[in-house]
Amino acid sequence: MRLAVTITMALSLIAGAAFAKTPYHDGTAEVIKPVDKNHPLDEVVSGYNFRKAMIRDVQDDDFENPGMLVADHGEELWDTVDGSAGKSLSQVFEGCAEVPLDVVGSVYPRFNNAASKVISLEQVINMCRETAMGAKPYKWESRDMLGITAYVRMQSRGSRVNVAVDGKASAAFERGKDLYYKRVGQLDMSCAHCHEDNYGNYIRADMLSQGNINGFPTYRLKWNGVGSTHRRFRGCMKNIRAKPLPYGHEDYVALELYTAWRGNGLKVETPAYRN
Amino acid sequence: MKQTTQFSSISRRHALAMLSAAGAVVLAGVPAYADGAAVAAKIKGLTGGRSVGEGDIELDLPEIAENGNAVKVAFSINSPMTVDNYVKAVHVMADGNPTPDVASFNFTPAMGACSASTRMRLAKTQNIIVLAEMNDGSFKQAQATVKVTIGGCGG
Amino acid sequence: MAKIKPRVKVPKKAAAGEIVEIKALISHPMHTGRGKNKKTGKKIPRKIINKFVASFDGQDVFTANFEPAVSANPYIAFPFKASKSGAFTFKWVEDGGAEFTASKKMTVA
Repeated sequence: MRLAVTITMALSLIAGAAFAKTPYHDGTAEVIKPVDKNHPLDEVVSGYNFRKAMIRDVQDDDFENPGMLVADHGEELWDTVDGSAGKSLSQVFEGCAEVPLDVVGSVYPRFNNAASKVISLEQVINMCRETAMGAKPYKWESRDMLGITAYVRMQSRGSRVNVAVDGKASAAFERGKDLYYKRVGQLDMSCAHCHEDNYGNYIRADMLSQGNINGFPTYRLKWNGVGSTHRRFRGCMKNIRAKPLPYGHEDYVALELYTAWRGNGLKVETPAYRN
Repeated sequence: MKQTTQFSSISRRHALAMLSAAGAVVLAGVPAYADGAAVAAKIKGLTGGRSVGEGDIELDLPEIAENGNAVKVAFSINSPMTVDNYVKAVHVMADGNPTPDVASFNFTPAMGACSASTRMRLAKTQNIIVLAEMNDGSFKQAQATVKVTIGGCGG
Repeated sequence: MAKIKPRVKVPKKAAAGEIVEIKALISHPMHTGRGKNKKTGKKIPRKIINKFVASFDGQDVFTANFEPAVSANPYIAFPFKASKSGAFTFKWVEDGGAEFTASKKMTVA
């Protein structure tokens, strides 16, 4: 059955290329112009608008959204004292992140001076735990890490994604861009084949989005739970029969920065709800 | 589009690669699915063979579910919900899942109204049957079809 | 295993006679007994929340019986007619008998 799925996946992309693009949103979608003139697309749309009402309605209701169970867990951790310094993350986090709490979620991944490189939100949190709290780092995809990243990013919910890609971040940005367009795996595909050339087209019964990451960590029905951007990257890699990189790999951080930049201007939706 | 030629030739090697990758994916064996007969038998068991009326049950189900892992199922039944006249129980069944039962609900007059909403797993496109049992022992039912699509990457 | 934690929504205040909506959500994988562990290939035994009971001032008012077809992180919403101030207790029962509870007060004016 999986064989059929995969072949149909590839075939439906051919069909997608052969027929006119179907309208992928119903007119209520927020369609923004790219913030940066070097953006490859004319319009930027959140993954939210590629989904049907059954899914959007759940995200629209904070109570129905099961992603909130994880964000709630993060809220508890936020104020919990942990580690040899006797501090909670809430006491030290802004110092580590180098930006105010309500901004962090819209500007990370970011060049962090203490780390002297571009790092993701997960990495800031672990850096903070190790250096400022004297606590053990969280495992990347653990409930604790997902909870705390969901909670922190939620503090920026509604504000616009605004990652910086110039100056000291430019090398990571260029690396991320190369990776985005690089063909990989047995299916010999790049991110751009699906999310730039074919968004709005169906891949089998699934409508391809632009691959924006403004809702991560996000609850996915496929996962029956919340996952990180890097988990999604790994899933995409497996879909195209490429070898996924480990969580937190430098290339994934670069790709995350580049992908976040493509969605600059979109509202942070964390924790989003997707299929 | 430029990648068309890439995708139009799925070589034998690719197909085999996909097949081996498929082997890594977890399949829970070949499941047997319930069908209309299983649901009918279930209803017969619940009603004791009594006749079942139609109407007065409003269903809220998506026509198309983008993912079968969490499909909204909600219903409301017009009832005064008094001690003398209330909905006692509601059974939600599906005729295309491995087993027909989804959930059942017990209501009391204290609720003042009869409705409920939950989320269910649907293995494929199928009918959802809602059977309501009144306090006087009578039954009524309603049904609707939910088309379940399976994602390309998401499924 | 993920920590199991409920979330409930009850209006703090309601008018007498008003029908309010109660919502409840709990984090639970709802293992159907049909899935397998991806790494070990071993069958994951069935473990679901099989029952949800809502009571008001000690009186059961609504019960839901869940089968494996209910989604992970089960969600339930139902109505309740406010008649007097009191406290709701919500109880989720897992296969094997473990119970998880939450309670909320509601003031009726």
